[in-house]
This record gives sequence, structure tokens and C-alpha cells, in this order.
Amino acid sequence: MNTVSVIPQKAAPAPANKRKKSALKRSETLAGFLFVSPMLIGVTVLVLIPILATFALSFADWNFIMGLRGFKWAGAANFVKLLDDDVFKRSIINNMLFLLVVPVYMLVSLILAVIIDHFVYWKSFFKVAYFMPYISNIVAVAVVWQVLFQPSYGPINSFLQAIGIKHPPGWIADPNFALVSLMMITVWISIGFNMVVYIAGLQSIPKDLYEAADIDGASTWTKFTRITVPLLSPTSFFLLVTGIIYSFKAFDLVAVLTQGGPINSTTLMVWDLYYTAFRDLKIGYASSMGVVLFLFVFAITGIQWIVQKKWVDY
Amino acid sequence: MFAISIFFLVPFIWMLVTSFKVETDVFTYPIQWIPRRWNAVHNYKEVWMGQYPFYLYYLNSIKISVITTLISATVSALAGYGFAKIRFAAGKWLFLLVLATYMIPMQAVQVPQFVLYRFLGLFDSHFGLILISSFSVLGTFMLRQFFMGVHNDFLESAKMDGAGHGKIFLYIALPLVKPAVATYAIMRFIWTWNDYQNPLIFLRTDHLFTVTLAMSKFTTVTGEIYSLIMAAAVSAILPLLLVFIIGQKSVINGIALGGVKG
Repeated sequence: MNTVSVIPQKAAPAPANKRKKSALKRSETLAGFLFVSPMLIGVTVLVLIPILATFALSFADWNFIMGLRGFKWAGAANFVKLLDDDVFKRSIINNMLFLLVVPVYMLVSLILAVIIDHFVYWKSFFKVAYFMPYISNIVAVAVVWQVLFQPSYGPINSFLQAIGIKHPPGWIADPNFALVSLMMITVWISIGFNMVVYIAGLQSIPKDLYEAADIDGASTWTKFTRITVPLLSPTSFFLLVTGIIYSFKAFDLVAVLTQGGPINSTTLMVWDLYYTAFRDLKIGYASSMGVVLFLFVFAITGIQWIVQKKWVDY
Repeated sequence: MFAISIFFLVPFIWMLVTSFKVETDVFTYPIQWIPRRWNAVHNYKEVWMGQYPFYLYYLNSIKISVITTLISATVSALAGYGFAKIRFAAGKWLFLLVLATYMIPMQAVQVPQFVLYRFLGLFDSHFGLILISSFSVLGTFMLRQFFMGVHNDFLESAKMDGAGHGKIFLYIALPLVKPAVATYAIMRFIWTWNDYQNPLIFLRTDHLFTVTLAMSKFTTVTGEIYSLIMAAAVSAILPLLLVFIIGQKSVINGIALGGVKG
């Protein structure tokens, strides 16, 4: 970018050398800042300041209609209120239940990845087929499932009735099945991504390990449990952490399909936050939910990093 | 294996077939996999030119996705090079700071972002929406990894010839990591096209809507005309499919790489 022209100096070579070095160093620092500054400014304005503001607003009682003059500090009142907020508590429980999708799709993805990895033909067809839901527009996908799950004449229930199930569940319209329905769709969407990552992980396992195991007469099952699973543990760890964090951010399906209903059976934390902030316009209260969400993600990441030493082989 | 893969494709096939049907044939059982009566032209015309004109939302989505992708790839490449190849004392700490923000759930900062946008007058504008997703920590991290892989000898010899970091970045380092930048760009395009939450919060005016946002409004406005809804869904997915098919290797490798390295 800007090369500093170094003027050769005749006398006193030692300090000149020193000056030359520090000038170089300074120009490196300047160049460094120039290169990273667009990113830093963006992150500071759009993420760092807002996260501080979230913490600040979480102690305030404020909504948009009041304008700036209506701004009031409320101390810990928002958090006390959260402890008593049945909808929010329900959303945390729902989020915990929702976590179950992660091990399910990881397991299915692993099995599919192992099978596809052994498949000689049609490999990329399978990859693309399983990848379709992940790559597709989630709103469009959600709408397709909404129609497929239609309780009275949707294709799924028509099929279930045709094979003799008299009273099929109402799926997303049924409080007992709504969350499960969303979880099923989430599993369906997530398998492609997890499978592709697992396939890459499988391909990085040295082949001679399997050959050595073959010589020792190991069965397929032994090879799978003693070689494949342990050597994939870094991959599994990555998928588990990102999967859990992702499940705390789940929003699109709820927003399009159920809006948290029926009777709050699908209210997840982010939906509750969104509704409180942008429909009820309670900015302070929604911010305190944001803080709780942040703490959850922070805690999970922290615990994962501590626990990983116990089961991840690098 | 084929049977399972069909399980993944069937909803898409059903969506496509339904978008060609006359509304009264949508729920006939057993499902007509080949429509008995075709209504494709009418359905798509209604979606593209009707009350909720998709051509407009397409233009919006294309504009937003392309500009976001360009800015994000540029910003990430600059920062990736800066963090990987320029040795300055603050660099390490700044990188850690940027990386730490990756842990912050974006939903937790949306409320202050909204307040900030109202204050700055960026609310309900394409420019504001583009800014929101232009600064990607993931992109910076990914490209930094690739710049790390560029051999220092190349850079040193350019330095000897008197080239500054600007020239080195533009003519030596960037061409070497071009495939990685392309991978990131494709993924950023897909993510931006699919983004639902940000347009939902930051856009209000109908004619500014993106395809994804229009898709969800469309379903509530048209009520339950499923053949039209499916034509809209096909329209929303089609460009992604094209981008994915063209950049398939890139996308799959990019995701795989991120995953294995963790």
C-alpha cells in the first residue's frame, strides 16, 4: 500500500538502522489497520455496540411509543418479571426439547454418510438430493410442509387414513404434535449439511487403519465403533456445538408455520423475543430476553469447550 | 439408499407438480403425480405479474444479494489478509475480538440494531439491509485460514521488489485464494437470498420486499390457494438451485472444509 521510502543516512549507522526498523514497523501497523478497519468498523457498529446496548436496555423500561423522553431505568425489574413470565419459561422448555433434534440428525447423517462414502456410483446425486432441503429457501420449504401437513385433507394425513389410521394427528395445528412436527422438518433440513461434513471427515481418515484392522480380522461393527467413530469425534464435536447453538436461534419455521401456537406449544426463545420487541414494542423487556439468550449460548459454548477434552481425540 | 433419497426429494417434486395444477386438483387422493389438467401458465403469470408481483421482489433480492456478496467478500478478503499476513501488534487481539463476536446470537442484538437504524434513518431501506449482512465474521475467519496457507516466500520477494501490501494483496495473495473467495461468495449469496428474519424486521414497504419475505406475505394474503403458493415457492427456490448446481463443488467443499477444521 504505502511503502515508506527509506532515506539512506551516512553518519551514525546504528540509530538510523533503528529508525528504519521502527518506520517499517509503523508502516506495517498502519497497513494492518487499513486492511482490517472496514471489518472492525462494521463489527463494532453493528455487533459490539448493539450487544452493549442490549445489556443496557435490559435494565430499562422503554418502548417506542414513549419516545426518548419516556426512557426509564428499571433496575432488575425486567429479569424479575422474566422469572414469572409463563410464556418465556415455556419457550425455554421448548428450546430444551428442541435440542433433541441435534443428536437425531447427527446420528442419521453419520449413518447416511458412511453408506454414501462406500457407494461407488451416484455419489454426487445423493449428496445433492440430501442437500436440497438445506440449500432451499426455508420459507418456501416451510410452506410446502404446511400444505403437506394440512390436517384434514393434506397428502400426509390422506395417506395415513388410506393405510388405516383413523385419527391421524393434526400436526402443526395440534398442540401435542406441533413442536414435534417442527422438529421433524428441522431434522429433514439439517441432514444434508451434517452429512456433507461427515463425508469430508470420513475421507480424512487414513485408509491403512482399516487395512490393519482387516488383517486383525476386525468385523465391520468393530471397525465402525473403534476407528470411524473416534476419528470422527472432532467433526462430531463441531456439529454438536454448532447444532446446539443453531437450535437456540431457530426462528424461521416458527414464524412461518405456527407463530408460536397452538397455545404456545411452539414458542421458542427467539420467537418470544421477536414478538415482544417488534409486535408488543417492549424494547427493554425484549432486551432482557436477549441477554438470557446470549447467556445460554455463552454457557453452552463454555461447557462444550471444557467437556470436549473428555471425548474428542485430536 | 434410493428410497431414502426419494424421501428428501418428494416434497420438492410435489411442490413442482402442484404448481402446475388447477386448484381443485391439489388435494385429490391418490396424489396425481402428473397433473390431469394443466394450469401452469396461469399460475405462474398470477404469481409473477399479479397482486404480489414476484418480478419486483426478484429484482430486489438480486440487487440485495449481489451487492451484499460483493461487499462482504471484499471486506472479508481485506480483513482475512490483514489478520493473516500483516504482522502488527494489535492484530492478534483484534482478531480475537472479531472471533468472539461469532458467539453472539444475532437475535440478541437485533433490538438495538433496530433502534440504531430508526435513529440513523436506515430503517426500511435496502442499503440498511445490505449493511446488516455485509460484515461476516465467518467469512473473515474462513479467508484468513486460506491466506495463512499462502507461502510467505512469495510475499517476501514481492516486498524486496518494493511492493506494498496493497499490491501484494491485489496481485499475488488474492489470485492465490480466488477459489476460496468464490466459495464464500456463493455461500453468502445463498444465505442472503434465503434470509428471512432481517428483511422481516428491517423492511416495511411492500415494494422493497425480498423474495423470501414476499413468499411468506403471499401465503397469508392469498389465503389458501395452494397451487399459486407452490408456484411462488418454486420461483423462490429456482435461482438457488441454479447457483447451487453451478457452484456445487465449491459449496460442498466449502462446507466440508469448515466442518472438518472446526
